[in-house]
Amino acid sequence: MKNKLITIEQAADMVHDGMTIMIGGFLGCRNPYQIVDALVAKGVKNLTLIANDSSFPEVGIGKLIVNKQVKKLIASHVGTNKETGNQMNSGEMEVELVPQGTLAERVRAAGAGLGGVLTPTGLGTVVAEGKDIINVDGKDYLLEKALKADLAIIVGAKVDKKGNVRYAKATRNFNPLMATAADIVIVEADEVVEVGEIDPDDVMTPGIFIDYIVDVGGSN
Amino acid sequence: MDDKQLIARRVAKELKDGDVVNLGIGLPTLVSNYIPEGIEITLQSENGFLGMGPAAPEGEEDCYLVNAGGIHVTINPGGAFFDSAESFLIIRGGHVDATVLGALEVDEKGNLANWMVPGKMVPGMGGAMDLVTGAKRVIVAMNHTAKGNHKILKECTLPLTAVNAVDLIVTEMGVMEVTDKGIVLKEINPAFTVEEVQAATGATLIIAEDLKQMEV
Repeated sequence: MKNKLITIEQAADMVHDGMTIMIGGFLGCRNPYQIVDALVAKGVKNLTLIANDSSFPEVGIGKLIVNKQVKKLIASHVGTNKETGNQMNSGEMEVELVPQGTLAERVRAAGAGLGGVLTPTGLGTVVAEGKDIINVDGKDYLLEKALKADLAIIVGAKVDKKGNVRYAKATRNFNPLMATAADIVIVEADEVVEVGEIDPDDVMTPGIFIDYIVDVGGSN
Repeated sequence: MDDKQLIARRVAKELKDGDVVNLGIGLPTLVSNYIPEGIEITLQSENGFLGMGPAAPEGEEDCYLVNAGGIHVTINPGGAFFDSAESFLIIRGGHVDATVLGALEVDEKGNLANWMVPGKMVPGMGGAMDLVTGAKRVIVAMNHTAKGNHKILKECTLPLTAVNAVDLIVTEMGVMEVTDKGIVLKEINPAFTVEEVQAATGATLIIAEDLKQMEV
């Protein structure tokens, strides 16, 4: 069995300038805090970041924005991080705002081998600008294209050494979707257990999607 | 009772036993404090669960459990967690009976603007566009005017959240239904006259023949 366990530093070293990365979490609950902190320390730049939101300035991925490491942000909500607004207004950072359900489906589509999805969300709004409108049986939909990444960093509450992931409570959010939509997937695990210790019924993301595991031992 | 509580209490009466409901941040959250006796609703939280309970007591916050506003909350027995795709499948797929949210502007076509003010405030739409597109019933809960400026208009001026989406508007002045013919004033707060409500509204109101008094 391939050893998927790596250190926080090894994880951070896989992220390079100019990469497109996805990071799981919802308003900082819970981002892969330890790997993100290592990325901040490393100072990797010109990232395209795909995430639900830009968190708070001092929490999780919010720090990547404050440290000016992100060239382009694709997210549904940026209102809790003033620095995102500042860099958006000054033109330092490009921000693509995507309705949350559309963002989820775009990521899911990439992981599922689909070119995109048809959604009524955003019709008649600025979200529809420049996009194809497709009529299906008399009803209009926006064509929203699949969204993939070079690398995804997700979180898991319990992860076995094969990479099978069980999430906890409201921290599932975008993590299972992002795990399917990137070339390299790293999970920051609160607890790493032996193979067999997670009941197959409880596996939420099968280990085939996970390339590397960082054991942070509940230190969050 | 202040305006916010009054609005929240009135909105709560719109909810039926068994409804799946999504409440927006701020005033709409207060609606859960006024659910009538004998009515059980299930609250949906965009970040991925059903059966949302009240805010977590101080000292008992769970780092894995926040609502869509990032506030530590609880989950009721019988609740369920899921990922963002399933969460928005529930929302977009018409499995939410009612969504209650605030607005910057609403117009007589039921168009809604509540996610940005160009050049000033661009927080992003979060889940709002999906919610108002997919929920079976869209209830706007807000103050009737903003510092004296009209919020209920003939035509929205701000970037839209969705077209032709709003079903009901509840303010401190009254309850209004958006219909094909325009906005119908169905209930009025007895502290105001019809003329006062009309003056505070940027669209021409249709006054319901059986105009009722709003409970205050």
